[in-house]
Amino acid sequence: MSANGTIIKVSGPLVVSKGLSGTCIYDMVRVGHYKLFGEVVEIRGDEYFIQVYEETEGLGPGEPVVSTYNAFCVELGPGLIGSIFDGVQRPLDAINRLHGDYIVRGIEHPPLDRTRKWHFYPLKNIGDEVFGGDVIGYVKESRLVKHKIMIPTDTKGRLSMIKEKDGTIEDVIAQVDTANGTKELTMLQKWPVRSFRRVKQKLKSTAPLVTGQRIIDTFFPITKGGVACIPGPFGSGKTVIQHQLSRWVDADIIVYVGCGERGNEMTEVLVDFPVLKDPKTGEPLMERTVLIANTSNMPVAAREASVYTGITIAEYYRDMGYNVALMADSTSRWGEAMREMSSRLEEMPGEEGFPTYLGSRLASFYERSGNVICFGSDDRQGSLSVIGAVSPPGGDLSEPVTQNTLRVVKAFWSLDDRLASQRQFPAINWLTSYSLYQDVVDEYTNIYIHKNWKMYRMKTMEILHKEAELEELVRLVGIDSLSTKDRLLMEVARMIREDYLYQNAYDLRDTYTSLKKQFLMLSVILKYYDKANELLQFNIELSKIISIPSMSNIAQMRFIPEDNFDEFDRLEAKMLQELEALSKNKTS
Amino acid sequence: MFKEYLNIQDIIGPLILLQDVEGVAYGELAEIKLASGEVRRGRVLEIADHRALVQVFEGTRGISKEDVKIKFLGKGMEIGVSSDIIGRIFNGAGEVIDGGPPIIPSKYLNINGSPINPCARDYPKEFIQTGISSIDGMNALVRGQKLPIFSGAGLPHAKIAAQIARQSKVIQFQEKFAVIFAAMGVTFEEADYFITDFKRTGAIERAVLFINLADDPTIERIAIPRMALTVAEYLAYEQDMHILVILTDMTNYCEALREISAARKEVPGRRGYPGYLYTDLATIYERAGRIKGKNGSITQIPILTMPEDDKTHPIPDLTGYITEGQLILSRSLHSKGIYPPIDVLPSLSRLKDKGIGKEKTREDHADVLNQLYAAYARGNYVKELVVVLGESALTPLDMQYMKFSELFEKVFVSQDEEENRAIEETINIGWKILGYLPKTELKRIKQEYIERYYKPWNNSLPENTD
Ligand SMILES: Nc1ncnc2c1ncn2[C@@H]1O[C@H](COP(=O)(O)OP(=O)(O)OP(=O)(O)O)[C@@H](O)[C@H]1O
Ligand SMILES: [Mg+2]
Repeated sequence: MSANGTIIKVSGPLVVSKGLSGTCIYDMVRVGHYKLFGEVVEIRGDEYFIQVYEETEGLGPGEPVVSTYNAFCVELGPGLIGSIFDGVQRPLDAINRLHGDYIVRGIEHPPLDRTRKWHFYPLKNIGDEVFGGDVIGYVKESRLVKHKIMIPTDTKGRLSMIKEKDGTIEDVIAQVDTANGTKELTMLQKWPVRSFRRVKQKLKSTAPLVTGQRIIDTFFPITKGGVACIPGPFGSGKTVIQHQLSRWVDADIIVYVGCGERGNEMTEVLVDFPVLKDPKTGEPLMERTVLIANTSNMPVAAREASVYTGITIAEYYRDMGYNVALMADSTSRWGEAMREMSSRLEEMPGEEGFPTYLGSRLASFYERSGNVICFGSDDRQGSLSVIGAVSPPGGDLSEPVTQNTLRVVKAFWSLDDRLASQRQFPAINWLTSYSLYQDVVDEYTNIYIHKNWKMYRMKTMEILHKEAELEELVRLVGIDSLSTKDRLLMEVARMIREDYLYQNAYDLRDTYTSLKKQFLMLSVILKYYDKANELLQFNIELSKIISIPSMSNIAQMRFIPEDNFDEFDRLEAKMLQELEALSKNKTS
Repeated sequence: MFKEYLNIQDIIGPLILLQDVEGVAYGELAEIKLASGEVRRGRVLEIADHRALVQVFEGTRGISKEDVKIKFLGKGMEIGVSSDIIGRIFNGAGEVIDGGPPIIPSKYLNINGSPINPCARDYPKEFIQTGISSIDGMNALVRGQKLPIFSGAGLPHAKIAAQIARQSKVIQFQEKFAVIFAAMGVTFEEADYFITDFKRTGAIERAVLFINLADDPTIERIAIPRMALTVAEYLAYEQDMHILVILTDMTNYCEALREISAARKEVPGRRGYPGYLYTDLATIYERAGRIKGKNGSITQIPILTMPEDDKTHPIPDLTGYITEGQLILSRSLHSKGIYPPIDVLPSLSRLKDKGIGKEKTREDHADVLNQLYAAYARGNYVKELVVVLGESALTPLDMQYMKFSELFEKVFVSQDEEENRAIEETINIGWKILGYLPKTELKRIKQEYIERYYKPWNNSLPENTD
């Protein structure tokens, strides 16, 4: 059946067509002589409102529209890892090879390679009963990822054929006898992006998603399956944090969605990730990464779709039992794309012109995260953590996207313009940020890292809060008003800020710090503080205490290699000895 | 050959709504012939059934509902290009205005361009030496970057841009280089400043200029940056040239966009600017870059004046969200007599990290700049304290920081308009003023560099650093 719609109106990315009866809302259509990609987003009487994912210049009334009668789906199967797709899952590398440097219109290209052969290893036998979600075999998709082949969620029955073979994603690898006859299975599945993939059960998250970023792991941690947001004005470090997390988090799979941001930032990932090594496995990071790129100059409707494309792919890997982390940079651009489509649809605007459904769309997106028991009979666990950047206009957090996001996320990393302009990176404001996962993570770190973890973390934060109070005081009455004890505290707070919280993403050593090393670093600073306080009681001059030679070693401890922790023992011993010497000189 | 239409229904601001049209497409170019014989051009903004909404570039003044003939040209807006285009001056309609012969185009290109596939991009990493310490040392520019200047009324952004255009070079290479200059709604004086400077230095021989002055039609400003960038792309990717594009003043561009949006009665975003301002600006700024396998490059320096010096105003704000950093000019440095008055603290170059360091500038560059930042920030903080509390409340170290921050402004940032500092020299000046601080304060610098380069300051302080 081929429906024959006709364009009656074109306004930017919105096209209105008549005569598409039988087409459902959210079905895909091909628009105009160029056969542009579009999705039906509203139906009013006989008028079908279509958001078009490609540039519409040159389109006019009278041109044909053809319905596919299918919802917008992503393709799921081997070949996702290491790829870069646009917002509607067109493979940008293949398109680059075939169509040149620019993205031109009307390109149709299947997301996954149809010719590449994969070696399928069965894990089930003929005669086995199988249910939706069951893993029946796998292929080695990359050096890091075993891609598990699962029974489609709506299928159950008995395997009547399954075999180890080299095949493309469209070759039949197994057959299931179901109540409705025999069903052939391939390694390729499709899933409508706007529906979430089913899970058996949602669980509480219990383990930290370790990021290697000191300020995050120590003070504002996120869990595997958790959700965090990073709001901040331009240039405050959102993208750097998202890139850092994509590099270093201890997840199995990373899905990075560049939503309405810079082309060069995607290129940076494409250049760096094949070379950078995963700290856990030593393999290139690209071997666990999927990229979705809808840069700011690409069509705005496809930007709206890109986050859904990304999260559906992420859910698919979670369903295999992996820990997946999705970065979305920036969710504000997604919100703006919604606003633009909404205004073209002449919908009643809500706050600041955003559609009234902004909050519910954001919430249902973040709700697709979580720590879960996957669909399937073996009760494997997987998790999907979501970290979204938010770009509030003028850095003003009272705007709708930020506010609606804060209602659903549990970790809030608030980036601060003032810190960024002092180059205090990551510019996460330690006084206003929070994480509701802290208790869960403390339980974990107290057991696996050190029993004093929580105590140290709290003590350190207390110093920082006290510093903020004292700073107020200094501003009012001057440094003279502080006791030596307070001045010491100010010095230690400075050490915490400059030697611990400050972390340079571009330094080979400093870019990643394990939990163990984080603990050792804190421990040095706190021991210094305790000892120094003791010395003050013996009336030893503060200026001497804060100028012991070890101070410069402390400033350099972030460069101590991960495989040389003895260095910390030596540093601590040297520092204590130097402090000790001060009190000896005094008494002798 | 093209059908002519007469049936205008409405005229609103720069827009006309036309009835009973046939076969017209979105984005199509239109030619509007007035009774006087004058021909203007426009673009279809929306097409519904038989009604077309057309934006008139030269404005609608003098257009009546009667006596006007409109025809649609069956294509989007294009500009003719050829390698002879270099050295020429155009107006906002793309017509030659330097008195010379018209261009004989070797081809016509749609001015909207197409998005570059991220896979085709090459990451910008070649350091451009501008000879200005506060840029090269603190916020290095690289080839293919888009780095705007956020300025304010009366600040010397034009001087700085002209100095950059004059002095820029890539240290390792000598290659074909050209400047494309697009003026949108600037005063005659400012445009003339650039033209005179280009003529004085001979740069005009390798420049293309697009000029729309303050009293020229505002709606032309929408097309100008796109024409300029289309020419830039042609020269960069087809003629292997390195192009520096200067766009001034983007604030006027945004205002033209707001005018159209208001005429269309769109739901306004912040401060009346359209909700799609971000996306629209991105289609301009994202046209900077490098492409794999191509020798040329496009570096952009857009200039904008911040209304009320407010960087949270939507124009600088959305620009900052798209560009790869920003250079912010400071009124207080300017009034202290410091040229260039670049306030390095809120300024930023996001691409500097891959462009500096060993074999590119110098191995200690990154550490030095981090240290200069930290020390200058602290010095400024101390200055704030002094205002409230007076100097007596400071520790000796604080006093040193305060002096440091003045040295930084007077010795490092300040330089002559004609002074072209090599990067070595810039970094050395950095070390020289760091020498004013005790060695132990240099926490951001690796020990080996401190040993190699640190020398305590033993000159007397420069004049009037009281
Ligand atoms: N951890 C870090 N270490 C070193 N430099 C950093 C760090 N974080 C941020 N920066 C610096 O800040 C710059 C801006 O960061 P980033 O591009 O992430 O900002 P952003 O918040 O994403 O801005 P936008 O909203 O405009 O995209 C970087 O280019 C880098 O120079
Ligand atoms: Mg960013």
